[in-house]
Amino acid sequence: MSANSLDLLSSVGSSKSTRTLLRVIILCFIAAAAVASRLFSVIRFESIIHEFDPWFNFRATKYLVANGFYSFWDWFDDRTWHPLGRVTGGTLYPGLMVTSGVIYHALRALTIPVDIRNICVLLAPAFSGLTAYATYLLTNEMTTSSSAGLLAAAFMGITPGYISRSVAGSYDNEAIAIFLLVFTFFLWIKALKQGSMLWGALCALFYGYMVASWGGYAFITCLLPLHALVLVCMGRYSTRLYVAYTTWYALGTLASMQIPFVGFLPVKTSEHMPALGIFGFLQLLAFLDYVRSAIPSRQFQTFLWIAAGGTFGIGLLGLVLATSAGFIAPWGGRFYSLWDTGYAKIHIPIIASVSEHQPTAWPAFFFDLNMLIWLFPAGVYLCFQQLADEHVFIVVYALFGSYFAGVMVRLMLTLTPVVCVAAAIAASTLLDTYLKAESPKAEDHQADDTAAEGAPKKASKGLKSTNKPAVGIYTFLSKGLVTSAMTVYLLLFVMHCTWVTSNAYSSPSVVLASRMPDGSQHIIDDYREAYQWLRQNTVEDAKIMAWWDYGYQIGGMADRPTLVDNNTWNNTHIATVGKAMSSREEVSYPIMRQHEVDYVLVVFGGLLGYSGDDINKFLWMVRIAEGIWPDEVKERDFFTPRGEYRVDSEATETMKNSLMYKMSYYNYNALFPPGQAQDRVRGARLPEVGPTLNTLEEAFTSENWIIRIYKVKDLDNLGRDHASAAAFERGHKKKKATKKRGPRVLRLD
Amino acid sequence: MAPKKNAARDITPSAATTPSTAQASVSSTSTPLAAGVAASPAKHASGGKAYSSTSSGGAQSWDKVIGNLVNYYMDSTPQRTKLLDAFMAFLAVVGALQFLYCILAGNYPFNAFLSGFSATVGQFVLTASLRIQTTEANKSDFPAVSPERAFADYVVCSLILHFFCVNFIN
Repeated sequence: MSANSLDLLSSVGSSKSTRTLLRVIILCFIAAAAVASRLFSVIRFESIIHEFDPWFNFRATKYLVANGFYSFWDWFDDRTWHPLGRVTGGTLYPGLMVTSGVIYHALRALTIPVDIRNICVLLAPAFSGLTAYATYLLTNEMTTSSSAGLLAAAFMGITPGYISRSVAGSYDNEAIAIFLLVFTFFLWIKALKQGSMLWGALCALFYGYMVASWGGYAFITCLLPLHALVLVCMGRYSTRLYVAYTTWYALGTLASMQIPFVGFLPVKTSEHMPALGIFGFLQLLAFLDYVRSAIPSRQFQTFLWIAAGGTFGIGLLGLVLATSAGFIAPWGGRFYSLWDTGYAKIHIPIIASVSEHQPTAWPAFFFDLNMLIWLFPAGVYLCFQQLADEHVFIVVYALFGSYFAGVMVRLMLTLTPVVCVAAAIAASTLLDTYLKAESPKAEDHQADDTAAEGAPKKASKGLKSTNKPAVGIYTFLSKGLVTSAMTVYLLLFVMHCTWVTSNAYSSPSVVLASRMPDGSQHIIDDYREAYQWLRQNTVEDAKIMAWWDYGYQIGGMADRPTLVDNNTWNNTHIATVGKAMSSREEVSYPIMRQHEVDYVLVVFGGLLGYSGDDINKFLWMVRIAEGIWPDEVKERDFFTPRGEYRVDSEATETMKNSLMYKMSYYNYNALFPPGQAQDRVRGARLPEVGPTLNTLEEAFTSENWIIRIYKVKDLDNLGRDHASAAAFERGHKKKKATKKRGPRVLRLD
Repeated sequence: MAPKKNAARDITPSAATTPSTAQASVSSTSTPLAAGVAASPAKHASGGKAYSSTSSGGAQSWDKVIGNLVNYYMDSTPQRTKLLDAFMAFLAVVGALQFLYCILAGNYPFNAFLSGFSATVGQFVLTASLRIQTTEANKSDFPAVSPERAFADYVVCSLILHFFCVNFIN
């Protein structure tokens, strides 16, 4: 770039109003980029709701739009968890549905009729634009550099760690929750800096919105008290902290209790106790602070601080006692799994069975955050250098967030904002240092300082600048080198983000894509084919039994009652389904009769090589069932004596007789020449004779055999058991065959 | 002027007895302190600190300290702030009564108890914040908050608080 255009550029950026205008334009572009990069899935596939949980949110939103807010609030859903039903209105976080309902009605009022599905699909990208803006605000509170905020917004807009949960169609709670998280943090910093009740109240309101939206609100509930505690321990207690924290806590706790699902939890569970404890502690500190200002006695002060520490200890002891006495619920199982990653696998298999609850593998950090992950520590270091109250917050958040992101894959999401902020601080410091057009001159520096500062500060400033030589980059070469290297890194980051988004995070997982040999795309649409079949060919209240993963999809797409779904609140009920799947037919059939099951749905990927199928999930069903019926279902029986999990002719008898195995491989041989049946997921050759099913009959198998639906047979007309009835059916044919071929035998008796 | 109005309105029930209530608030707020004081010499004696030898005279010096505190309070607190303190003392008493009721008579309508108790606690905290923000000595801490702004914030926050309480009370 020539010197002329540089001058022009700098003159453009000089006036304040131009700067503001530029900033607004850049922010708009960032928001547009954030939205655009999330639209891959809509362009590649179609405007469709993704995955599993979003289907429930979508169904609930449709209910809300159709029936109004009050009946949504009191919604009892008898089409899930048959025969129990679910008090849906009281057991969900309504923030997401209400948000899209409000948008829907607002657009209606503006006479823009938009389909509710499109609102749901595009909600996450829209909110990601707002998240970028919130990150900009949060970063601006941290640093005076004007570029840091814009960089942070850009990072937040396109970083895959956040895109993973917010592509178009991923209509999940996180879609709006991350925006609320970042914005709540911004308001908290603002409240803390100004010591203003109004900002504190706004923080509490957005905290309440967050509580209404996502279970991850506990992260805020723990992080803000921790920040306050760290500040107090650093000797930075201030009246501003008191005002900000107590306003937030008093209003925020009340706001969170308005949500029926949360209810009394803020006063009854351990997760919320740190916030309460710090609240009480701050009251004491404020009182002591007042007394200290009243009486300037050294001894008295030391005593007071000891008393404060003692009270803190006593409070902690009281908390422990109250917990052991049962007034306060102890930490939940999900929480323990955050401390001990092996805990869930042993005690709560249902939590461990979800892939997003696994510990994070280290490449995932690089995959999701790319270069931000190495700029992140530099940014935290820069925060340490300044270390005002708000920088302490970034440091605390960074520590906390890194730990949790390491423990659970899905908590990468809460780490991403702080990584973006810290990395932007680091990057902007680098760029600001190296992008200064003029070389610094020692005497200029001094003169500037003395001229700019007022008279009283002169002496100290002059001293400082004589101590410290003028720091800056002198040669144009190093400037150019570092700046261009940084530019290359930023470009690489953008390319990486685009690549990851388009390849890894834009698949709806309801519709699968594969490549044909000639490179063209082939859409595999078995899920919707099967759900459509259910919708068209079964009666309105036919109960479908499937593993819980598919519960929401069946409810959303097929509109049929299910036994279990992704809201895994009732472990026993899920274990019942697991038992039915993993037992012999004679055991399973009564279970299915008792639960009025009409159809059983299994997902089978053996033909296509689709690895997320039920046989691969089968061990979790066994484990969960074993947790409730250790005598009847044993995981060991599903492994060969050599400890292998096999499906071919070497498979154990228990495995071969289990309902899941039979349903998966029933009639599978018919596709292949005799003896050639092959399972492409597990790379196993199947036994020549396929399994027989007595109590179920095949109702539907989708095009690529991904979904197989079986109808549960009614009781036999003649009162026989199913095995003999089926044997009779088969035997009848056999008899005919033998009649034809076999020689007549003389009856002797 | 706005703050004056506020103070007048807040205190209307006990306006006639203002000085005595203020007095009461002082004694009530200093009670926990006295309790803490009683415990302290023992603590330090066991710790073997330097001034454990003066523990016999400690009680008297603590009395003096409390006396100082009361004097300081009476002398250097503006009348309006005293009104705020009286309101806070009233809230503390109401909150304590509610808590006592909850312990003695059970917490059956837990919604009602919680919202009543949170209303007093929340209002107490907000009033304390207002008091802190309007105190002259703290002015340097709040460059962005003028007393008028503080009072406006206070009203807004109280409205939000009571909206939530009423909504939660069932």
